Amino acid sequence: MLSLTPQEWTAVALSLRVALVSTVAALPLGIAIALLLARKQFWGKALIDGLVHLPLVLPPVVTGYLLLITLGRKAPVGAFLAEHFGIVFSFRWTGAALACGVMAFPLMVRAIRLSIEAVDRRLEDAAATLGASPLWNFATVTLPLALPGVVAGMMLAFARALGEFGATITFVSNIPGETQTISAAIYTLTQVPEGDSAALGLVVIALLISLAALMASEWLARRANARLHGI
Amino acid sequence: MLSVEIEKRLGDFVLQAAFETASGATALFGPSGAGKTSLANAIAGLLTPDRGRIRLAGETLFDSQAGIDMPAWRRRIGYVFQEGRLFPHLSVRHNLNYGRWMNGLAADAKTFTRVVELLDLGRLLDRRPGNLSGGERQRVAVGRALLMQPRLLLLDEPLASLDAARKADIFPYLERLRDEARVPIVYVSHDVAEVRRMATQIIVMDQGRIVNQGGLELLARQSANRAGTVLDDPERL
Repeated sequence: MLSLTPQEWTAVALSLRVALVSTVAALPLGIAIALLLARKQFWGKALIDGLVHLPLVLPPVVTGYLLLITLGRKAPVGAFLAEHFGIVFSFRWTGAALACGVMAFPLMVRAIRLSIEAVDRRLEDAAATLGASPLWNFATVTLPLALPGVVAGMMLAFARALGEFGATITFVSNIPGETQTISAAIYTLTQVPEGDSAALGLVVIALLISLAALMASEWLARRANARLHGI
Repeated sequence: MLSVEIEKRLGDFVLQAAFETASGATALFGPSGAGKTSLANAIAGLLTPDRGRIRLAGETLFDSQAGIDMPAWRRRIGYVFQEGRLFPHLSVRHNLNYGRWMNGLAADAKTFTRVVELLDLGRLLDRRPGNLSGGERQRVAVGRALLMQPRLLLLDEPLASLDAARKADIFPYLERLRDEARVPIVYVSHDVAEVRRMATQIIVMDQGRIVNQGGLELLARQSANRAGTVLDDPERL
C-alpha cells in the first residue's frame, strides 16, 4: 500500500517542508499581530482584524489569484522583489509556503490572540514593578503564559498548511518536485487512470502526518499547561 | 522620603491625596473603598494621576506640570499585592530572583540567604506557586519585592487574603522586615490591630481623601469607634 514512487515521496517531503516553513515563518508576525489586536486600541484596528481574517472567508482560489497578481513575476511587487532582493515566489516551493502561510494566518492569530487575552494582566503589572521593561515583560511573563495558545496556533497553522490546495495550486501551480504537495499530488493521481492505489497511499500518509501532529500538539499543550499551573 | 500630592478621577470616585512620609513604616489606613489601593498604584506607577507630583528620596517620579511620568519598571518600588501575584510558571527561587534579573543586579548570595532566612523560605525554593499555601505565597511575594532592592516597599493589605491563624504566622516576619530591612515601608490596611503593630506614622483615608494624619495616637480614637469606620472625617459628623 505504501509503495510510493520517488515522485510521490517528493510530494510528501515537500508538503512537510512547506507546512513547517510556512508555520515557523508566520509565527513571529502572528504573535506580533495577535499582541497588537489583543492589547492595543488604535485607529483602523477593525480593518487590520478584517484583513487578517480575509483568507478564512475568501475562496482559496481567490486568495491564490490575489497572490499571483501581486507577487507573480510580472506583477509589480513580485517584479520589485525579484529585481532588488532576488526573491521569487511564483512557481517555487517558497511561493507554496507563502500561500499556505497566508491561508493559515487567521487561525494562528486567532488562537494566539485568545491566549494573550486570557493572560492575567495583574501579573504583568507585578513584573513591571519588579523592573521588567515592556519587552522583557512580554518575553518573561506574557509569552510563557500564552504558550499553550501559541502551540495550538502553530498546530492549526501546520494542519491548514498541510491541507492547503486552492490557493497554492492557483499561485504556484502543480509542478512535481517544486510545488506539488500531497494534496496536489492526490488531485493529479485521481485525474489519471490507475492512479487510485497511489492516491490511497498518499491519503494514508496524510492521515498519519495529521494524526501525529495532533498528538504532538496535545502533548505539548499539556506540558505547557502543567508548567503554568505550577507542578 | 516619599512626598505625594495627586488627584485622580476614576468615574464618580475622586482620589485626592497629599502627604509626606518619614523613614520607617507609614500606614495608609481606612475602610475598603477609601482609595488606598489606587493611591498605592499611583505611587508604584501602575495608575497615572490626572495631576500632581510624586517624589521619592529627592527624585521626581511623577509631575504633571513638568510632564514627568516615570514608568513603573524604572521606579524601583517593591510592591506586595493583596493576592501575591507570583509568577505561576516560575519556581519560587526564580520568582525571588526575578527583580534582580530585570534590574540587572549582580548575584548576591549573602542578600539572598538573608532574605530567605528572614522570611523562612528555604524549604519552598524549588516549589511552584501553584502548590503553596496563602501564607507561604505572601511570604514569597514579600521576599520577591525585597530582593529587587527597592527604594520603597509598598505592602497592600498583604494579610487580607489570610485567615487569623495565618495572619498571626506571618506578622512576625513583617515586623522583622520593618526592623531589619531598612527600606521605608508604606503599609496599606483597614485593620487597626495590624496598623498598630506595623506603623509609626498613620495616614487616614476615606472616600478618596486623606482625613487625618499623624502618629499612633490616632488609633486610640479610631479603636474607640467601630473598627473599620472612620469617624474623624469632619464632613461625616
